[in-house]
Amino acid sequence: MRPILMKGHERPLTFLKYNRDGDLLFSCAKDHTPTVWFADNGERLGTYRGHNGAVWTCDVSRDSMRLLTGSADQTVKLWNVQTGTQLYTFNFGSPARSVEFAIGDKLAVITTDPFMDLTSAIHVKRIAKDQTEQTEESLLVIKGPQGRINRAVWGPLNRTIISAGEDAVIRIWDSETGKLLRESDKESGHKKTITSLTKAADGSHLLTGSLDKSAKLWDTRTLTLIKTYGTERPVNAVAMSPLLDHVVLGGGQDASAVTTTDHRAGKFEAKFYDKILQEEIGGVKGHFGPINALAFNPDGKSFSSGGEDGYVRLHHFDPDYFNIKI
Amino acid sequence: MAAEVMLMNEIEATAAQMGIDLNIDFSSIQLPPGENCGIISDDEDVYHDDQLELDSGFGNVIVVDNLPVVPREKFEKLEGVIRKIYSQIGMIKEDGLWMPVDPETKKTLGYCFIEYNTPQEAELAKEKTHGYKLDRAHIFAVNMFDDFDKYMKVPDEWAPPEIKPYTPGENLQKWLADEKARDQFVIRAGTDTEVLWNDARQSKTELVYKRAYWTESFVQWSPMGTYLATVHRQGAAVWGGANTFNRLMRYAHPQVKLIDFSPGEKYLVTYSSHEPSNPRDANRVVINIFDVRTGKVMRDFKGSADEFAIGGAGGVAGVSWPVFRWGGGKEDKYFAKLGKNMISVYETETFSLIDKKSLKVENVVDFSWSPTDPIIALFVPELGGGNQPARVSLVQIPGKEELRQKNLFSISDCKMYWQSNGEYLAVKADRYTKTKKSTYTGFELFRIKERDIPIEVLELDNKNDKIIAFAWEPKGHRFAVIHGDNPRPDISFYSMRSTHNLGRVSKLATLKGKQANALFWSPGGRFIVLAGLKGFNGQLEFFNVDELETMATAEHFMATDVEWDPTGRYVATSVTSVHEMENGFNIWSFNGKLLYRILKDHFFQFLWRPRPPSFLTPEKEEEIAKNLKKYSKKYEAEDQDVSMLLSEQDREKRRMLKEEWERWVGEWRRAHEEEQFERQMLRDGEASDEEEEYEAKEVEVEEVLDVSEEVISFEE
Repeated sequence: MRPILMKGHERPLTFLKYNRDGDLLFSCAKDHTPTVWFADNGERLGTYRGHNGAVWTCDVSRDSMRLLTGSADQTVKLWNVQTGTQLYTFNFGSPARSVEFAIGDKLAVITTDPFMDLTSAIHVKRIAKDQTEQTEESLLVIKGPQGRINRAVWGPLNRTIISAGEDAVIRIWDSETGKLLRESDKESGHKKTITSLTKAADGSHLLTGSLDKSAKLWDTRTLTLIKTYGTERPVNAVAMSPLLDHVVLGGGQDASAVTTTDHRAGKFEAKFYDKILQEEIGGVKGHFGPINALAFNPDGKSFSSGGEDGYVRLHHFDPDYFNIKI
Repeated sequence: MAAEVMLMNEIEATAAQMGIDLNIDFSSIQLPPGENCGIISDDEDVYHDDQLELDSGFGNVIVVDNLPVVPREKFEKLEGVIRKIYSQIGMIKEDGLWMPVDPETKKTLGYCFIEYNTPQEAELAKEKTHGYKLDRAHIFAVNMFDDFDKYMKVPDEWAPPEIKPYTPGENLQKWLADEKARDQFVIRAGTDTEVLWNDARQSKTELVYKRAYWTESFVQWSPMGTYLATVHRQGAAVWGGANTFNRLMRYAHPQVKLIDFSPGEKYLVTYSSHEPSNPRDANRVVINIFDVRTGKVMRDFKGSADEFAIGGAGGVAGVSWPVFRWGGGKEDKYFAKLGKNMISVYETETFSLIDKKSLKVENVVDFSWSPTDPIIALFVPELGGGNQPARVSLVQIPGKEELRQKNLFSISDCKMYWQSNGEYLAVKADRYTKTKKSTYTGFELFRIKERDIPIEVLELDNKNDKIIAFAWEPKGHRFAVIHGDNPRPDISFYSMRSTHNLGRVSKLATLKGKQANALFWSPGGRFIVLAGLKGFNGQLEFFNVDELETMATAEHFMATDVEWDPTGRYVATSVTSVHEMENGFNIWSFNGKLLYRILKDHFFQFLWRPRPPSFLTPEKEEEIAKNLKKYSKKYEAEDQDVSMLLSEQDREKRRMLKEEWERWVGEWRRAHEEEQFERQMLRDGEASDEEEEYEAKEVEVEEVLDVSEEVISFEE
């Protein structure tokens, strides 16, 4: 499995996202330009110019027509995927940390960081079908959790919003009223900041990665803990194979400690675990510095990782991978 | 609660009245948050002990007797003299000198009380001035005030001591009778201390005993594994028992810093160092020797740190630990301390110096005991700019006669290594070259058990090589040396025997260019781990010295410690908290197979529980080694059973997990399908649920990029 090295960003990667068809890969980095690549050969297709700060997150609509990006410049921008033109800009008083389209692409959930005297918040915006009708107005704003909310995603049927962040608690909110419905169990839950959260392809379960050196699998509806995957370093990014029962964890020590220790010390590998047995299967090395982002191609035959080193590595699995037996 | 508060107030009030500094930092008493973790007893003791001190509260008061009896007019003069003598030793408290006067005769009574700021000063004053001659008729008799109390309490009539009925103790060595012949070890990580079985067959550990805040600094096994010692502010304690760990004995020694067992674990030496009240003075050192079983202080040593810091490398405090080195094998007969121009050898029958005097050796800087016999090897460096050569001599105790002596010339440094059976002594001598600009190293090998103790000189093939490490094979006749100046040094193995001549050293092999800087022989000999710690990041090579072949090479990244289990079956390598990352330990088989790996943040200590020496005779051991096949059959069968059982359990567990998961997925799917219609509505009617059954289709698209027409002339 020889990875394709995609050099397009000048700063650490922050987020990776495939479109539904699995032919396009969107990458976000601390440089200001999200980039789109061919998911097959890693060729750069284009960039989206307009942000004036690190881009933390993105999401692409189901029909691959529109892209939503959230940035530290306190805006969330809506783009035309094909032409790269800006369609709309949502302005906030603080950096946007995560965005996600709802089922049907008519709504989007956006989280913003605590900044100055603003607390962190979850915003729900309507995404108009007709661009000219798009408005700034939020349908719902949820406040409450302490510290940054690192990710918020939609629950089944858009009825709930699931959020996780610095306070290490996963919460389910009612997406209509903003009422808190459920919290993850403190005893069994994460002990440190949750850095990443990803949904299974069918939305049935969630995988969260945390700085407490573990990743946990949860039931989306009941928020019961199903599995825990222990690792040796802080987890920055998690992904689940849509094809096999595998999960991938990426992470490593703090970027500030990278240059002062041996490259083996941080173990900057993407680690594969069996989702059900919770056993480690293997690892994919390559990045210099921790891994910040991971994404699986929806066909389950390739995945990509984005590192603090500014590279995106695109891995197509060898045929052997599909026959792993443990 | 109210009663307690009352008590505290009372104490404080009393203390204020008496002008006593309470001197207890209550905030430093750490209780685990929220609960007492079952260690309430210790803390009760803290309060209890302090209270005791307050009840009498005169630990810093001395009584000086045998003073001249003087009339009132000479009172002030005498007081001046006393004040002068005693304020040299420490700060006398304000109004801390009181000389009572007979109200009738108006004369002094011939004694006085002196109160110091600290009990340490008082004790020092007692030691220094007891027996002080003011003049011929007045020899001071100095006592601690507290001691008076103690002597007063001695009953006038002797009563026979009460004989307590005998209560059989626990079998403290039950762990040796483990059915599976496993070994134990103790680890400290974070606040927890755990004793675990090494269940290598199942590649895991099994908990024996776990306790948070068990010790305040470190833990230590006694040399034969009977006790586990913990260290606290109030003193040390030992723990043990048949099935769990109970506190067997406590040894009160405030602020104890270091402890050391005698090899036969009869005695425990504790050490503490106290800041002097006058910053120019050296620290005050207190050393107690306890009887492990009774908890009695057999002997204590007190003095300034300088007295205990002669020779040796000298740590931060200037004292090299252990101060007292035990000799004479497991009988714990003798212990010795290096002094200035002497070695003080004590015997444990009376805890006094042998022949009432120290062994006088001019300029001695180092000594070491034979591990089995009462023989001391001592080293005296060169004197008078080389006029008087350096020498190593072997001295027999208790006779103090010299068994053998060897003069060595142009020596810069010298180290002594005893073989574990006391058969051989290797002296590593660093010598100056002629120019005195560099040094080279040679070995003097003593054969202790042979007649006249013959000495052989060994130099390495390249005698300029620096020696990085040296180690004897335990109970064997071989040794290993890491030498060389390269970043990758060489390792050589030597034997004290040659093929034809048992009395000659021969080289067995040299391994070139190894990433190693430390040697770890198996306790059974034969196998050795060549380890590259620190700069080499934890390279490990498992080497068989009988066959002279490498069994395995491995790496435990960042490893800081390597320790063989006492049977030589397993090796533990650990990364302790000197590194931030990767903390934890690995367990390897003797031939370098990684058995399991456990990660623990803030990992401080890993110690195998030592085993007492075997009771088998050497003949029996040899017989077992010869017929190993016969003996091992039983265990091999057991091993196989366990591995069968294990894989069976494993399969079962996996099946369970899979089933559970399938059940969960099935449930989810039902709910998911129920919602299908609603989801379709959300997507404006797009049938969307085949998202899970994604299928990649290859579609060929022909795209016309460019069409150009060209006229080609047709020629004939």
